[in-house]
Amino acid sequence: MKSDVVLEESMHLDFIEEIYSIPGGEKIKDCIQCGTCSGSCPTSDLMDYTPRKIFAMIRAGMRDEVLTANTSWLCSSCYSCYVRCPQDIKITDIMYALKRLAIKEGKFPKGSDAQEFFKAFANVVNRYGRNHEMELMRRYFLKTKPLNLLLNMPIGLKMLRHGRLPLLPKKMRNISQLQKIIRKAKSLGGS
Amino acid sequence: MKEQVYTYYPGCSVKASAKGYEQSTLAVAERLGIRLIELEDWNCCGATAYMSVEELPSLAIAARNLALAESHGRPLVTPCPACFITLKKTNSCIAEFPKLKEQVNEALDEAELKYNGTVEVRHLLSVLTNDVGAQAIKAQAKRDLGGLKVACYYGCQIVRPGEEFDNAEMPTTMDSLLAELGAEPVYFPMKTKCCGASLIVSAQDVALRLVKDILLCAQQYGAQCIVTACPLCQLNLDAYQEQINQKYNLNFQIPILFITQLIGMALGIPNENLGLRTNIVPAKPLLEKYQALQERR
Repeated sequence: MKSDVVLEESMHLDFIEEIYSIPGGEKIKDCIQCGTCSGSCPTSDLMDYTPRKIFAMIRAGMRDEVLTANTSWLCSSCYSCYVRCPQDIKITDIMYALKRLAIKEGKFPKGSDAQEFFKAFANVVNRYGRNHEMELMRRYFLKTKPLNLLLNMPIGLKMLRHGRLPLLPKKMRNISQLQKIIRKAKSLGGS
Repeated sequence: MKEQVYTYYPGCSVKASAKGYEQSTLAVAERLGIRLIELEDWNCCGATAYMSVEELPSLAIAARNLALAESHGRPLVTPCPACFITLKKTNSCIAEFPKLKEQVNEALDEAELKYNGTVEVRHLLSVLTNDVGAQAIKAQAKRDLGGLKVACYYGCQIVRPGEEFDNAEMPTTMDSLLAELGAEPVYFPMKTKCCGASLIVSAQDVALRLVKDILLCAQQYGAQCIVTACPLCQLNLDAYQEQINQKYNLNFQIPILFITQLIGMALGIPNENLGLRTNIVPAKPLLEKYQALQERR
């Protein structure tokens, strides 16, 4: 953030509307900036901006700063903030929406590749109908940091040894039916 | 006891990285007269990852499972908290936003499916504690857990949001159940702190720190093992201990058990049917010591 002052003409009002239009998104208007979310979050100390700040920034229309922050990518979906928010803002759901928006616009924190993990997960499901951990790791690491494929070998071998890492994906039977549903849903809703 | 019938939605994890969870779940269910009928040709619920990429497709794939389950008219039970929360979320989204319901059904219509939103989604732990009940489980126990000191780790998504069957901050269902079976649940203030879930892959250092704190807390309060009802919590706490020991110069060697493994042991189910082979930090030595846990009858 270069300056704490945001001039009205630099505000992205369309961004504010976009966030308000996601299911439950308009609740952000009720945020009282109490910081309960940030205090409850297990990873907020590592975030570029804590959840409380992110909500203030959304309302200030700071589109690029919000979308390129690592905040939503460090959200582990633990729902601590969600159940504690005195204004009943569905914070975790807002974090999902921010991730979707960032992916849609191709805006990511510098050096971040977390988005590739989520994309790889969706792609594995699109292809097999079920998650397959080995395939997920292969896709994610090859795309981002191939070296990590090697670094994670010890864990993989441990899991293999204990019968916890099937080598081949187990497809569902009627994968084409699922793919039809996904195609249609994509055409209806995009993100 | 009257047999109770559920549609069983296993989810991807218990078929792979958490095989021991499914094995012990099925063994325990059989012993307790809980009939689990696996949902035919189910697909991934999408978990937290799919909804981070696309919204409507994520709801639609979850709804396909619910639509299939709806035709059976039974409650759906899953051992996985992520599946539990995702399927529940789909239910509440559909109830709250009619437009989403309409669009989801338009997508499902491609497969000649329709979802009305009537499936009751349950977590296995709730079925065990509410439908069967600690007393009834105890009545069938063959062994006493002999004061085994356990830290009951609930993680996040089993109790949040919605507080379906337990408190979001200080849940007690696992503690009471295991205490009834003779174990000694220790004070464990981090019982609902997050293990980092999939951050273990996408931001490993962050997750390792979270896991380290949870293990440290359990150890400091004297737990001999940690018990969980989540495939991913179990994996993170179990498989990464060696890495954490190296990184933080510690020496954890804490067995991480699925709740069904411990219940199974109390019920006298043989170890080989409880998937103990899948536990990475060996759980057998501890349990065998406690299986001296005098036979109760």
